[in-house]
Amino acid sequence: MEHYLALFVRAVFIENMALTFFLGMCTFIAISKKISTAIGLGIAVVVVLAITTPINNLMYNYLLRDGALAWAGLPDVDLSFLGYLSYIGVIAAMVQILEMFLDRFVPFLYNALGVFLPLITVNCAILGASLFMVERDYTFAESAVFGLGAGVGWALAITALAGVREKLKYSDVPDGLRGLGITFISVGLISMCFMSFGGIDI
Amino acid sequence: MSTSKEVLVDPIFNNNPIALQVLGICSALAVTVSMNTTLVMCAAVIFVTTLSNVGVSLVRNAIPNSIRIIVQMTIIASLVIVVDQVLQAVAYDISKSLSVFVGLIITNCIVMGRAEAFAMQNGPWLSALDGFGNAVGYSVILIGVALVREPLGSGTLMGFEILPRVADGGWYQANGMMLLAPSAFFIIGLFIWAIRSWKTDQVEAPEYQIADNVQYKEAM
Repeated sequence: MEHYLALFVRAVFIENMALTFFLGMCTFIAISKKISTAIGLGIAVVVVLAITTPINNLMYNYLLRDGALAWAGLPDVDLSFLGYLSYIGVIAAMVQILEMFLDRFVPFLYNALGVFLPLITVNCAILGASLFMVERDYTFAESAVFGLGAGVGWALAITALAGVREKLKYSDVPDGLRGLGITFISVGLISMCFMSFGGIDI
Repeated sequence: MSTSKEVLVDPIFNNNPIALQVLGICSALAVTVSMNTTLVMCAAVIFVTTLSNVGVSLVRNAIPNSIRIIVQMTIIASLVIVVDQVLQAVAYDISKSLSVFVGLIITNCIVMGRAEAFAMQNGPWLSALDGFGNAVGYSVILIGVALVREPLGSGTLMGFEILPRVADGGWYQANGMMLLAPSAFFIIGLFIWAIRSWKTDQVEAPEYQIADNVQYKEAM
């Protein structure tokens, strides 16, 4: 149990998707002007990451990796080169299914997230989590915890940035730096703050 | 109708994908710690963006609108698989140090963004130029960032020593922060400042302006 807790804390703070690995930066910068939308997008990312990472883990272990097709009588087949195509396919399909499911059963959440759901397909944080999962050879349970942790970390980071930017719009920033430039520098500062979590070890 | 030259040259400074369109920052920053990985990454992105633009442009009239994202994704992912396999075969060390970032070219917003915004409306030749131009614009920023980070962070450039470090008996005290994540954000922020001070028309361009920040009325 402690192992999973450590993995979770590590994914949320120490190896934060957005601030340490720069994943999901495009959406991170583009949709962080208001706290309310940032939280909505954050929740959507948590949900999608928590679902897709374990599914991709199953797919990798039972279909793609070297010798994974032994159960089908094909022990010599190595399909791992098809990884990228399969992961992105799973992600796109999951996002689509989630969208339809929410539309039918949880309309209020669908309305809140509406615009952001399709955007999530091209969020690098989602694909990044699956690729890290493969690279670090997580088990199924580990991948579920890692996916959830990575999502929570990303949501935390975008909410923090949105909070900073809501205050920042009242500041007098030099012309050339206004908008995108100062946002990058704020992200840099937040990222430095997150590095202070680096020493935590459970 | 824009000419071929404009399509090719515009994205490099006037309409830079990173500094103006806010595309492709995702995988851009983590690879700029050293010049070698940066150059490989740039070459990979130029290859993928150019060819995916051509591919999408060729089939643009045959794709039903509702599934176009999946079709684009498939084209892009196939190209990235080619790049990844070639890298693993030819330059295994660099492929290891780029780790997941080669795969992340798939979701690099430049590739998707240009396929969606340009290649869906234009012929293959113009699309190829547009893809190439945008990837070069991306590379310019990446190489610029690497040019600052590698010498200041570890005293080398492409592995050759240019600032002798104190640890090796030289005079330069290496700045460890340059090797860490935050420095890349600061450098890109300053780059944007530099580009916008030079091309002042970019400062007020409304489609890139974060609207809330310029409404002085709100503050009064």
